[in-house]
Amino acid sequence: MHCAVPGGGKNFLFNVEGIDQMSRLWLKQKYDSHRKLVPSLLAVLVVCGLASHFAASCAAQSDYEQVKVINQHIQQGWGDYEIRPASEVDDAKWCRRVHLDIIGRIPTLDELNAFMSSRDRNKRQKLVQSLLYDDRYTEEYAENWATIWANVLIGRSGGSERNSLTNRDGMLKYLRDSFAANKSYNEMVYDLVTAEGSTKPGTENFNGATNFLADKVNAEQAVLATSSVSRLLLGQQVQCTQCHNHPFNQWKQQKFWEFNAFFRQTRALRRYVSGTRDVEHAELVNEDFAGEGGDPEDALIFYELRNGLTKVAYPVFIDGQEVSPSGFLSDVNRREELAKLMLQSEFLDKMFVNRMWSQFLGYGFTKPIDDLGPHNPPSHPELLDYLGQQVRQHSYDPKLLIEWITLSKPYQLTAQMTSANEIDDPTMGETPKFSHFYLRQMQAEQLYQSLVAVTGAGAAGSYEKQEQERRRWLRQFVVAFGTDEGDEATTFNGSIPQALMMFNGDLIKKAIASDRGTFLGDIAANKNRASAKVDSLFLAGLARRATRSEQAIAAKLLVARGGDTAEMLQDVWWALLNSNEFIMQH
Amino acid sequence: MFTNLGLPWATPAGMTRRHFAKHMAGASALAGTAALVGNTIQTHASEMSKQRKSAILLWMGGGPSTMDIWDLKPGSATGGPFRPISTTGNMQISEHMPLTAKQMHNLSVVRSMSTREADHNRGRYYMHTGFVPNPNIEHPGYGSVVAHELFHQREGLAIPPFVSVGGSSTGPGFLGMAWAPFSVTSNGRIRNLDMKLEEKRLLQRMAALDVIESGFINRTRGSAASEHQKVLKKTLDLMTSDQMEAFRVEKEPEETKEMYGTNGFGQGCLLARRLVEAGVPFVEVDLGGWDNHNGIFPTLADTKLPQLDKAMSALTSDLEQRGLLESTAIIWMGEFGRTPRINANAGRDHYARAWSCVVGGAGIKGGLAVGETSTDGTTVETEPFSSEDLMATVFRGLGISLETTYTSKSGRPMKIANGGKVIRELVS
Repeated sequence: MHCAVPGGGKNFLFNVEGIDQMSRLWLKQKYDSHRKLVPSLLAVLVVCGLASHFAASCAAQSDYEQVKVINQHIQQGWGDYEIRPASEVDDAKWCRRVHLDIIGRIPTLDELNAFMSSRDRNKRQKLVQSLLYDDRYTEEYAENWATIWANVLIGRSGGSERNSLTNRDGMLKYLRDSFAANKSYNEMVYDLVTAEGSTKPGTENFNGATNFLADKVNAEQAVLATSSVSRLLLGQQVQCTQCHNHPFNQWKQQKFWEFNAFFRQTRALRRYVSGTRDVEHAELVNEDFAGEGGDPEDALIFYELRNGLTKVAYPVFIDGQEVSPSGFLSDVNRREELAKLMLQSEFLDKMFVNRMWSQFLGYGFTKPIDDLGPHNPPSHPELLDYLGQQVRQHSYDPKLLIEWITLSKPYQLTAQMTSANEIDDPTMGETPKFSHFYLRQMQAEQLYQSLVAVTGAGAAGSYEKQEQERRRWLRQFVVAFGTDEGDEATTFNGSIPQALMMFNGDLIKKAIASDRGTFLGDIAANKNRASAKVDSLFLAGLARRATRSEQAIAAKLLVARGGDTAEMLQDVWWALLNSNEFIMQH
Repeated sequence: MFTNLGLPWATPAGMTRRHFAKHMAGASALAGTAALVGNTIQTHASEMSKQRKSAILLWMGGGPSTMDIWDLKPGSATGGPFRPISTTGNMQISEHMPLTAKQMHNLSVVRSMSTREADHNRGRYYMHTGFVPNPNIEHPGYGSVVAHELFHQREGLAIPPFVSVGGSSTGPGFLGMAWAPFSVTSNGRIRNLDMKLEEKRLLQRMAALDVIESGFINRTRGSAASEHQKVLKKTLDLMTSDQMEAFRVEKEPEETKEMYGTNGFGQGCLLARRLVEAGVPFVEVDLGGWDNHNGIFPTLADTKLPQLDKAMSALTSDLEQRGLLESTAIIWMGEFGRTPRINANAGRDHYARAWSCVVGGAGIKGGLAVGETSTDGTTVETEPFSSEDLMATVFRGLGISLETTYTSKSGRPMKIANGGKVIRELVS
């Protein structure tokens, strides 16, 4: 076990070698399974007791070998750059952090209080496991990861345009069901790449996974399917090589079209609302492909070099493995072959790890996260390799990977920059060293869910009605770029439209309502002193109590409101929600 | 920022009222003061409009086929069906741009643009910033740079200095979120502008907010937290300013709206003129839908070009009539052009090697066609120009020194417009 020693200079890592080995051996005897380890209280006490001499933090106890390896690699990096990590984040802030990342919202006051009052030394791991495995969180967990993945796979605007072939509900349903059942990541990839059937829930042959490719196969010989599958799932940036060899990317134009050939048996057929020309849904189907040379047994495709010469391509995977050139489905289903080859590729593993890591730590091991090409070396290559191998060995269990990451040392650090780690600032173009938690803004979806969970803002009524309301609200931040590839941006990025919404929007108005039965109304009505009520708001919003100056200003507000506590709480809560500290994941 | 805002109950009344006058212009209780502030800015505007430069970028998202608009190749195999027509400038343009043809004495076509980025995202970034994308640094876009450089000419401007209409443009990069585009829809309607809260109470809330904000900034350091605070300040300014009237494009006379075209882009261009009049240094208006891989000619002839023609000609002539063209640059461009070769779907694909952009106003010479492409449009036959060169030319017109150097957060010095060369033909 490695513990940081403040003021230790270059060799600040203290290796409690003997105890490390002892406890590992002991654990090895006791447990075989990687999951749901309950560490020995004794071992923990011994380790922590010794380590505490060096002000080391043991708040996140975990006995996963993977966590130790993560810590070793990350700490190695700190040593190499002579950085001292930030101190360990306190329980309340960590509780807020891990709720936001795993279930997409901040904790309620009750959840926060329960965690803070627990004296279990192992409570961080227990909280992670509760958020992952406890039935009461299944829905929120699945919803959060479905939202994240839908934004990756079809974008925030996917399915909202009229006559789009994508059905957002269908995509979300597939993803929700998959995450709720904790489907392995490799199975999900297989589903997404090979899916056939209807895009819309409730129709015959419904298969929500079809929505990933439904809008990407018809236009332009499926170049969008080519670039999306290779980039999002394998970290291969190929879009430029569609038209020419890339000057500093290993991918050549030939490879682009060879990859593209895998999608050429696939069509998205439009199904119309009867009697109209409005698309009701789409059906993703495989068909025999005649090839562009007219011989289905030898179903080749043509592409053009920049000098005007025409060349030929067949389905060949990125590592050079070929499949049958036949276009007949009875001979070969090209997408299935592709999916099988993808499942053998180490890029699948690394891309999964890199995306998940950046989801929790704010940056991946490469920037951008979906470019794993040789021209873009990762910050921690050995760790990325290792974690890739580990997810493969552990059947691509997303929850297990989440445990490893959230219990690792870098995830326990504060967001505080100090003179000993300020060079570790990726916003200045530095390679991330993960020596402090990188501040990042909540996503619009996280803000919405947080306000719904904590204050009950948002729509009442059925799931469908609430979901409609949520989507309407989210849509205000999406800006499309007007290209065929559906490029888009969000204005929920810390700019003025976001600030205006936080100042004056309906959602905020609902969140600061103080009628009887509302969040503020209940706090106003309880028997606590005004300062305790203010503390409750700070805990709910920021996972800390109010400082003295904050209490002082609340007291002034109370006077200004003529002693009306509910109105004072409204003012304080409004200010809290609008603060950087609230909107940041930290 | 708010640190000297003070609490309304804790500071002398006069202090508070001055803040009200600044932040709360337009509020009913202070109608007199508000009007005064408004008038001052109006007077300022007419006096300053000569020295005060602005720019309007007409962004053609998707990559427009410039050889069907500005650099036609009639008779060549790649030329397509459109015919060229004469203009009031020294060049011919597409027959589907008849109104703009009458404004070409004010505008010049750079026909020898030659760039390397033929992917939408990379092209958008490169044309907006003058830099190729780099994972380790985010460069500021046109609007952020111009806003940053010209903001000092606009004391008292409460509208964000970079407004993006109908799109989202490119971000402020290392200049920080305070220089981000303010994105609005083309009807000028701004969501969530009204607070409906008594001014005093708003200020008191802001004071409480300031305590929380500042505490967090002091504890965590780093730029993300402090940028947030700057944006709050701008938001408060904007919420409480009568200058926001400039967004009310619906107040224009019907015939003016009609002249620009009663569609999103037309009204967006009209809004751009109103914003420039109000003192906004940079407005970008987006017209998407140029990614014509399929059936390009009917799309251009029936939809895209009539819309563009109407709005672009109306904007140019309107600016001229109001005496604003000499201080306002117009830039027309997209990510790249499109292939001379017409593909199997009767469309054109992405092509960056030879294409055109259009510029004018702010002292940039009009009526010229700069550079030439080959008879089939595939190559540039004269000196090629880049995004940086075009940007340098525009900045020269706007009076922004090309010696200006930014230092990125990591300490890397970067010349404005990435050291581009001014296109000599276009400046005097």
